[in-house]
Amino acid sequence: MADAVLLLIGACFVLPLLWLVLGSLDPAAGHGTKLPQQPALDNFAAVLTPELLFRPLVNSVLLSVGTGAVTLAAAVLAAYPLSRYRSRFNTPFLYGILFGTCLPVTAIMVPVYGLFVQLQLLDSLPATVLFLSATSLPMAIWMTRNFMDAVPLAVEEAAWVDGASRLAALRSIVLPLMGPGLGVVFIFVFIQAWGNFFVPFVLLLSEANQPAAVSIFSFFGQNGAVAYGQLAAFSILYSLPVLALYVIVARGSGNSLALSGAVRG
Amino acid sequence: MPAPHHGRQFARYLPVLPAVVLLAVFLAGPVLWAFQASLTNAGLTGRHARNPEWVGLENYQRLLQDPVFPLSLALTVLFVGGSAILGQNVLGLALAVLMRRARPAVSAAVGTAVVSAWVLPEIVAAFAAYAFFSNDGTLNQLLGGVGLAEVDWLYAMPMLALILANVWRGTAFSMLVYRAALGGVPAELTEAAHMDGAGAWQRLVFITLPVIRGSIATNLMLITLQTLAVFTLIWVMTAGGPANGSSTLPVMAYQEAFKFGDIGYGTAVASVLILIGAVFGAAYLRLLREQKP
Repeated sequence: MADAVLLLIGACFVLPLLWLVLGSLDPAAGHGTKLPQQPALDNFAAVLTPELLFRPLVNSVLLSVGTGAVTLAAAVLAAYPLSRYRSRFNTPFLYGILFGTCLPVTAIMVPVYGLFVQLQLLDSLPATVLFLSATSLPMAIWMTRNFMDAVPLAVEEAAWVDGASRLAALRSIVLPLMGPGLGVVFIFVFIQAWGNFFVPFVLLLSEANQPAAVSIFSFFGQNGAVAYGQLAAFSILYSLPVLALYVIVARGSGNSLALSGAVRG
Repeated sequence: MPAPHHGRQFARYLPVLPAVVLLAVFLAGPVLWAFQASLTNAGLTGRHARNPEWVGLENYQRLLQDPVFPLSLALTVLFVGGSAILGQNVLGLALAVLMRRARPAVSAAVGTAVVSAWVLPEIVAAFAAYAFFSNDGTLNQLLGGVGLAEVDWLYAMPMLALILANVWRGTAFSMLVYRAALGGVPAELTEAAHMDGAGAWQRLVFITLPVIRGSIATNLMLITLQTLAVFTLIWVMTAGGPANGSSTLPVMAYQEAFKFGDIGYGTAVASVLILIGAVFGAAYLRLLREQKP
């Protein structure tokens, strides 16, 4: 009984995805789901061009890796005092951070656009990286501090006795010990940045700077009223890195709750 | 000696600085800027783009008279209530309960399907949902297959299509939260109730749900905040149409600012949304504090 109900619900979840897979293999794909009469890789061949796929993907990589690196560096630095020192400052700061995770980012995009106009930062990849980093920082600090709390202070103290400075101990002892945790944080931030549509849609105006999420929307939204197969093929190629990273995290931590679980602290 | 102590304290917390600067410039800054800009007639182009004039509460007065605003507010409540609080929450709990009874292989396969819709980039999920609900899409194929009348979902019932799409997209989060929560319910509790003759529903309602009420509250708060901010799904599927029939607050703010070029009015709408988010955020923090005394 439970099996049957579950399978029925699961089928409902698979149906919309099925269109993506079947459509990508069908050069004559429409909106409907049907088995391709002549399955072919034509759609993939059609989108594998520099301006359509490679440049947007390179921009996506720049945005996501940049955001991951900036976020991780700032989060590790901020997490260290929060994890290692006792102070009246910690609790309000952490609650402030948690409050920041609650902010609806879509709500601040109009003001951020205004801010970027005044600071003349529109259409700048580095500025967009900094903004994306700021939006993912609260969650990253929260997760990083939890992972750092799990590294016992005693390990670090042993290094101090041997004459290492705090910074040296952090770099050579603490960070390697929290390697898997830092990996989770990086992947989490990377996935968010990779999949983000609204932020680059508002802040990056020229095609040369737009990541795949935006180029896919503008190309197919404007010209692709008939090229559904190509849309599906493009979507699959663009989604693959994220799916792969998710599998890595889910495998590595034993269950798929790693992301949301770590988030909830 | 307080002075050196403060100095040391300051030096210790110096590494927090880069994060604080980033958060101040790119998160706190825009929020404050929003409240200020919503009191001006800042425009997207033209002379009001360079030199916005102070107009006081004019934008908010306009908001109260604009028939689109109450509609947009109601649609936002409908969207959050229907897709998050009812849809994702209940379906997520149902999935988690069923998965504990089902065969492991079935449970794993269905879990993968549900999580896939959640992990996909939002623009891809939005395209897939658009194709599914479009006039000649999969849903109408299925309805036609069993002899039911086809419906042009995105025009005739845009909100229903959006709510179902967002349930499809976001249920995984609630499912994962409830799977973890149910795993933490002591087996002795439910077994004891079973011995006393309580049925499956009674055990769920009187034993399991009260035990996991903390997770339920946290989950409700988080999915409310996530759903409040949904833009891409709506923008791709209906773009707020037809005739504002699905323009929730994020879509309305975007349209006023970028389609009609009225940054001042758009930020006023955005400010309302920020305030709603802040209220839920504060409630969420209170909840967390109560859970961890």
